Amino acid sequence: MANTFAASAAQPLARRSAGLPFAAVVLAGVAATTLFAGARFGLMLVLGLGFGLVLEGLRFGFAGPWRQMILRRDPGGILAQLLSIGLVALVALPLLGANPEELIGSQGRIGWAMIGGAFVFGTAMQVVLGCGSGTLVNAGSGNAVALVALPLFCIGSLLGTLHLDWWTNLGALPPIVLSGGSGLALTLAMLAAVAAVVLVRAAPGTRRIPGRYVLAAVLLAALAIANLVVAGQPWGVVYGLGLWAAKSAAGLGVDLSASGFWSAPINAERLHSSILTDYTSLTNIGMILGAAWISMRRTGALDQPVPRLPARAWIAAALSGLVLGYSSRLAFGCNVGAFYSGIATGSLHGWVWFAAAFAGSVLGLRLRPWFGLEPRQ
Amino acid sequence: MTRRAVAAIACVMLAALLAFDLAAVPPNPYDAPALFALGSGAAPVGGFCGAPASVPGN
Repeated sequence: MANTFAASAAQPLARRSAGLPFAAVVLAGVAATTLFAGARFGLMLVLGLGFGLVLEGLRFGFAGPWRQMILRRDPGGILAQLLSIGLVALVALPLLGANPEELIGSQGRIGWAMIGGAFVFGTAMQVVLGCGSGTLVNAGSGNAVALVALPLFCIGSLLGTLHLDWWTNLGALPPIVLSGGSGLALTLAMLAAVAAVVLVRAAPGTRRIPGRYVLAAVLLAALAIANLVVAGQPWGVVYGLGLWAAKSAAGLGVDLSASGFWSAPINAERLHSSILTDYTSLTNIGMILGAAWISMRRTGALDQPVPRLPARAWIAAALSGLVLGYSSRLAFGCNVGAFYSGIATGSLHGWVWFAAAFAGSVLGLRLRPWFGLEPRQ
Repeated sequence: MTRRAVAAIACVMLAALLAFDLAAVPPNPYDAPALFALGSGAAPVGGFCGAPASVPGN
């Protein structure tokens, strides 16, 4: 009896203390980044941790809600995404309009390669069930498929930068930005219109946003606005992943100076500077660590065995990672950089990305059983 | 293999990347920007997802 009581009393204590050494190491990393790179970079790492904690802690994301809508006509997650984007737009668009010298939006060029890239990204995203942020968060929380996909995502993103000139020259418009009061009104009206379509298509009894998703939407919006205020640019993911592969390649002796992308002043500067001074790298690192920490706090979450999948499933995960990286580079971003931040900062390419990637997601969900990632129906 | 091992591998990969990068290019704290870009008066210079392939005109 006494042993039973002691065991049950020890469980909450063990749960409270789970991950404390890891949290201490992470906080030491934040302090070191602040000290040796600068306070802004330490703060960006904290924001990244926040993104990871919210996405994993509240089990919120981008690929999953799209899957729920397509397969079950459950609109809760996608409505929360639209809500979060709208909240960011309400603050970001006036800020961008008033401070054009200090802040920049997530602007991309609409073109053939961009549309095709977004479609292919949507397909691959549903094959591995993870977008840019999802792959990072899933890898941090112990998902083996995401861990296999992540390094190839980075390599794919690097390959995409090397071919971006060729793809963009197939035809692309200059960035089109909805700005000012009319831009904000149009953005909010379009978000409301998409929400209305989603609600009409939703299954009866599902037309609501769960409280957990509302909380996630509000917290993500707050973090995304902070990202813009601190970094001067919106939340993104893909750029950092391509940079990691580029720096690794350069370190191994690959000459990237002939690349139009990596010889452009901003990108060349990033290539020759520390990762700890690159905003998207810092938030990416924070997302992995934040998700890992939350998983340690969940009783038994990390004790689950890795699922036994057929060889073709692992090959599909690896190839999908490569395709995710390559296609998101052509599409000027993933769900975060193009869809979330693009729409929230008025870039029309975010809307086009959304339409193309959603269509690709429908195809991706049909492909999953063929790769052994789900039972065939 | 458990999810704990997978998460640990992810963290080790991240640590290896950072160690590799820090050995090649250490950050310079004396070159740090202001805490907030907003109000700093400085133009944004970070890389971002919408970055074009090359500088227009080049």
